[in-house]
Amino acid sequence: MSEIDEKLRTELQRQGIWVTSMQELYNWGRKNSIWPLQFGLACCAIEMIATAASRYDIARFGGEVFRPSPRQADLMIVAGTVTKKMAPQIVRLYNQMADPKYVIAMGACAISGGPFKQGYNVLKGIDRYIPVDVYIPGCPPRPEALLHAFMELQRKIDGQKLTGTDKAEFLKPEQLSEFPVPKFGEHDLEPPANRDVFQPPKLERV
Amino acid sequence: MELLEQIKARIESSVPGAKTDIVPNGTPSQQHSLLIDNAHALAVAHFLRDDPTLRLDFCSNVTGVDWLDRVVKKTIKIKTVVDGFEKEVDQTTEEKIPGYLEAVYHLYSMAHKHGPVIIRMRTEGRAKCAPLPSLTPVWRSAEFQEREIFDLYGIRFDGHPDLRRILMWDEFEDYPMRKDYVQPDDFEWEPTPHDEVLARAKQHYTARPELDGAEKITSHSDVATPDK
Repeated sequence: MSEIDEKLRTELQRQGIWVTSMQELYNWGRKNSIWPLQFGLACCAIEMIATAASRYDIARFGGEVFRPSPRQADLMIVAGTVTKKMAPQIVRLYNQMADPKYVIAMGACAISGGPFKQGYNVLKGIDRYIPVDVYIPGCPPRPEALLHAFMELQRKIDGQKLTGTDKAEFLKPEQLSEFPVPKFGEHDLEPPANRDVFQPPKLERV
Repeated sequence: MELLEQIKARIESSVPGAKTDIVPNGTPSQQHSLLIDNAHALAVAHFLRDDPTLRLDFCSNVTGVDWLDRVVKKTIKIKTVVDGFEKEVDQTTEEKIPGYLEAVYHLYSMAHKHGPVIIRMRTEGRAKCAPLPSLTPVWRSAEFQEREIFDLYGIRFDGHPDLRRILMWDEFEDYPMRKDYVQPDDFEWEPTPHDEVLARAKQHYTARPELDGAEKITSHSDVATPDK
């Protein structure tokens, strides 16, 4: 989009002329109707339900239509502990969602394994298999935190470009939108992490 | 409710051939338990459930315990005559106890409102799928919990109607609650490691030999002590 001078735009608006671009209109529509996938994994899901209910009311941000089918959902809120037994199903659900799709990792367990990180049965973060857009720390995060994450995601969607070399990832045909589903191995999931998606931070010896 | 000794005596008189032992519990709870032999376990369980004075009709909990091979040292003072004088000498005996797996059942009576009576069964050794008789035919509530013990400890319950893994996936080979279980090394990094977590995390740190202490210290001492 060729940038319009802000001063000119406000001046035109005063005269009753509203100038916009396809990208702005498109992103405005997308960001205000993010339909989350309806599933919860653990206690974070209770907070997610509270966010959807009347007190916090995620409908104010256009995210109230929780879809029971991945085909109709734009956003996956990974709300809770992802056990290794559950991880392949999560990845499969993500693969079944239509582009553009976004992921919020909600709570300590979903972002890193949380208090169960040292255990043998909990995945140490869902970002080992699928790309995550917004991480929310907390155990569990309060509904305000989920709303904040939702608004961050809206900001991200608003900033996505439709054309040019820096256009949004989901518009690039070569970009992967499906990721390999991990297999149940004899000792662990195989592979334990998808190296195309996840690289552990390098720690320096102290 | 009867004392455990009385229950033990009545089991042995009512179930022919049954051998039971009392496993003492030294903690303040004083919850002693009955060790029953595997061959007669089902008959003993039926007796405990159906006996009119006991009526232990509710199995509230079944759990597993893993005991590794261990050596128990016992020190006894023995009086011996040394050089014509009587002296007390410590004599230490070592007893090697081979490892075993244990299933523990907590029984209550809904009819008589008493309990718990705790019974234990022990496997021969810690082999993969070491067998024990299933008590699910006696108490239905043991079904899922015996499956859980099978899943996490690897005790095979003979006579169980549906013995499969319940928490881990079917392809899983290990028994995670056993004390010699080795976790998969999917650790990679830890923001605030300490103790054994630090030891594990260090295996994944990038090696930086030039910053490892030794060389630094020698070079520093060279600077600190100039030639006289």
